[in-house]
Amino acid sequence: MMLSDFPLWPEQASSVAGNVDALFIFMCIVCGGVSLLTFILIFALAIKYRRRPDNELAEEKEPPGWLEAGWIITPFIIFMVMFVWGAWLYFRLARVPDDALDVYATGKQWMWKFQHPTGQREINTLHVPVNRPVKITMASEDVIHSLFFPAFRTKMDVLPSRYRSMWFRATKVGRYHIFCAEYCGTLHSGMIGWVEVMEPTDYQKWLAGGPEGSLASQGEILFQKYACLTCHTGDATGRGPVLQGLYGRQVELADNRVVTADDNYIRESILNPAAKVVKGFQPIMPTFQGQVNEDDLIKLLAYVKSLQAKGAKP
Amino acid sequence: MTTATLHDVRFIEPEKTRNYINHDFGVLSWLLTRDHKRIAILYLFSVTIMFMLGGFFATMMRIELLTPEGDVLTSDTYNKFFTLHGVVMVFFFLIPVIPAVLGNFILPIMLGAKDLAFPRINLLSWYVYMAAAVIGLYVIIVGGVDTGWTFYTPFSTQYSNTHVFGTTFAGFLAGFSSILTGLNFMVTIHRMRAPGLTWYRLPLFVWAMYATSIVQLLATPVLAITLVMLMFERAFGVGIFDPALGGDPVLYQHMFWFYSHPAVYIMILPAMGVASEVVAAFTRKKIFGYKFVAFSSLAIAFLGFLVWAHHLFVAGISVYSALIFAFLSYFVAVPSAIKVFNWTATLYKASVSWQTPMLYIMGFIGLFTIGGVTGLFLAALGLDVHVTDTYFVVAHFHYVMVGGVVMAYLAGIHYWWPKITGRMYPEWWARLAALLVFVGFNLTFLPQFVLGYLGMPRRYHAYAPEFQVLNVMSSAGASILAVGYALPLVYLIWSLKGSRKAGPNPWGAAGLEWATSSPPPKENFHETPVVTWDAYDYPQFLKAMGETQNV
Repeated sequence: MMLSDFPLWPEQASSVAGNVDALFIFMCIVCGGVSLLTFILIFALAIKYRRRPDNELAEEKEPPGWLEAGWIITPFIIFMVMFVWGAWLYFRLARVPDDALDVYATGKQWMWKFQHPTGQREINTLHVPVNRPVKITMASEDVIHSLFFPAFRTKMDVLPSRYRSMWFRATKVGRYHIFCAEYCGTLHSGMIGWVEVMEPTDYQKWLAGGPEGSLASQGEILFQKYACLTCHTGDATGRGPVLQGLYGRQVELADNRVVTADDNYIRESILNPAAKVVKGFQPIMPTFQGQVNEDDLIKLLAYVKSLQAKGAKP
Repeated sequence: MTTATLHDVRFIEPEKTRNYINHDFGVLSWLLTRDHKRIAILYLFSVTIMFMLGGFFATMMRIELLTPEGDVLTSDTYNKFFTLHGVVMVFFFLIPVIPAVLGNFILPIMLGAKDLAFPRINLLSWYVYMAAAVIGLYVIIVGGVDTGWTFYTPFSTQYSNTHVFGTTFAGFLAGFSSILTGLNFMVTIHRMRAPGLTWYRLPLFVWAMYATSIVQLLATPVLAITLVMLMFERAFGVGIFDPALGGDPVLYQHMFWFYSHPAVYIMILPAMGVASEVVAAFTRKKIFGYKFVAFSSLAIAFLGFLVWAHHLFVAGISVYSALIFAFLSYFVAVPSAIKVFNWTATLYKASVSWQTPMLYIMGFIGLFTIGGVTGLFLAALGLDVHVTDTYFVVAHFHYVMVGGVVMAYLAGIHYWWPKITGRMYPEWWARLAALLVFVGFNLTFLPQFVLGYLGMPRRYHAYAPEFQVLNVMSSAGASILAVGYALPLVYLIWSLKGSRKAGPNPWGAAGLEWATSSPPPKENFHETPVVTWDAYDYPQFLKAMGETQNV
């Protein structure tokens, strides 16, 4: 059997993979070492002090206090090293770089759908350029899934209730597994795919392969189809708030709360408009729950994001 | 001071009395009994059957996973099998096994009591357990359930078309059996200790059971509430967890793990209690740092309530909340480490006997240590992101649940078998079984750590071809493990007739249960014992035994 058929270490193909592996190896050495020492001690002591006619009863000895204190404090200090290292990595994974490329993902029983801002759509395959941070904004159409890239050492649960974002920077051209890691029903183990990490030039070529208009322009068509334009006219006369320049801005609500107009705010405002009504407007918008699926929501989101305030620099 | 005195009995003359087994006869004398010892035997039968059922599902899974393709079972059947394996093993075996079998039998005797505080409630707890088990079996017969034992929403409430309602109701009901046992033990430990048996003279098994009772009483109601909410949402469309109805699916996970993480300690704390008893008995020595071991049980019970969200690091909680739960998770590892080090230190200058219960406990300490330290990996946030929901987690909790709890249970059942039945088990066969269990267990679950780090997700019916070699190793190990588990079943039953009589104290151990006959009389002791020794204080225990002998 070829060694490549029987790997013992996963492929390292992202900017954090080396760090995660380093922490893993550190913990294997520390924990493995302490465990091994404990096993050896147990066996050595159990052999050395095995029952003989002259030691039917053991010697009674009270433990010195420093020993108990030692094995309470020492493990705790080692644990704190693990904690800090793990937390540092977790924060790195949570902080999406500003220059990340946007990709949208939808999980549904039992497939992954990816949409690119340039309009490409793919199922169970994701094309990304090497050495460029990629941010995936994702939601689920039905149950909870989990988008898992073992070679990138990252995964995140995909929820039906809101958008979540994960990111990675692939460092090695190649083809790596995508798994669903949260049990999602009959074909959970079939909800798999491949991420294709490409050279930037190959990626550009792939992008050039004829999409049906950008994601935002597809969103614009939906914006008209669902008659959003009737109220969100884009000027002060509309019955709905102006959406130009909305994305990322602070919005004051009718109940005087102030929220940021992020992905989840826009999603909620489409599905459950009464939840956060903008100050100065009436709660007259109908809900689109059950009418707009997750794929279309992503297009509408891309369209709203693309709307720049009048006079603002693009 | 010789061993001869160790085997003497203070409180009873065995030949003159009937014991709890031959005191009454007939099926009704068992089904309506209020004797804690007989109820323990009822539980012993029930949990053994459930263990075999759960083992059957595991066997089918390991057969399926021999090949990458899903070719033995259909996907739906495989999903039902891993769900039922989890439900049966967690709710019907691991949670009740040590408290309801060993605890029920031995705890009142350790306290010098005639029975538990509420004998009728004790019997009720078995009937509630049986009702839950019968509903569980009914669900299996009519088609099973496929949600995973965790019943995550919205899959369980909106999407699964299997018997979610029946299964969650069985889990709900089984919880009450656990609450009743915990309540009974807590009151008994407070109120029914023999004269002279102060808190610091209690055997460490009693401390462990006391800590377990706290968790059973405080955490199990939350499971009941959560499952009721789930049943309401599924049956009546009440929006609690379903986002389409304004609910939050992550809320379910918080509520579920608020019980189910402490539930891990309902399983492992009694196992630690057994370990302390066996180590003390087979080293003939006080447990090193008795108070540290006793209070670490309470610390685990308390801290266990503060770490539930470490199951949710990728599920949708804020980074700051993750930070706090990771930090607290490292705290709960400290008292476990204290116990391991203290058991190990007890061996120093001890009189170590290599009999079967001790072999199991040496295995227990080793496997529990591996289970514990791999928990540290999972609490390291950035590393958890990679290994959570993979076979690494599967291996980790099997090291704790099977390597820990089942090994300790087997140690306990061998250790107290002479007391329960009055007969010795066959030592050679028992040692062989202990060895097979240890080897088979490691061969089954060590490869799963590697599989998990490679990225194989859990609950996969089919998998990528490069994972096959490790899966075949794991299945091979499982077949050895199965033989290791089958052996005790055979020789323990055989020992009831074929083996030699045990005598009151076959191990020469110190403790009240060894100061009465084997099997004990219905009322445990003929006169209320007076305790004049600290736990595992061999010289004092012998002195107390000797004085009455000379009278």
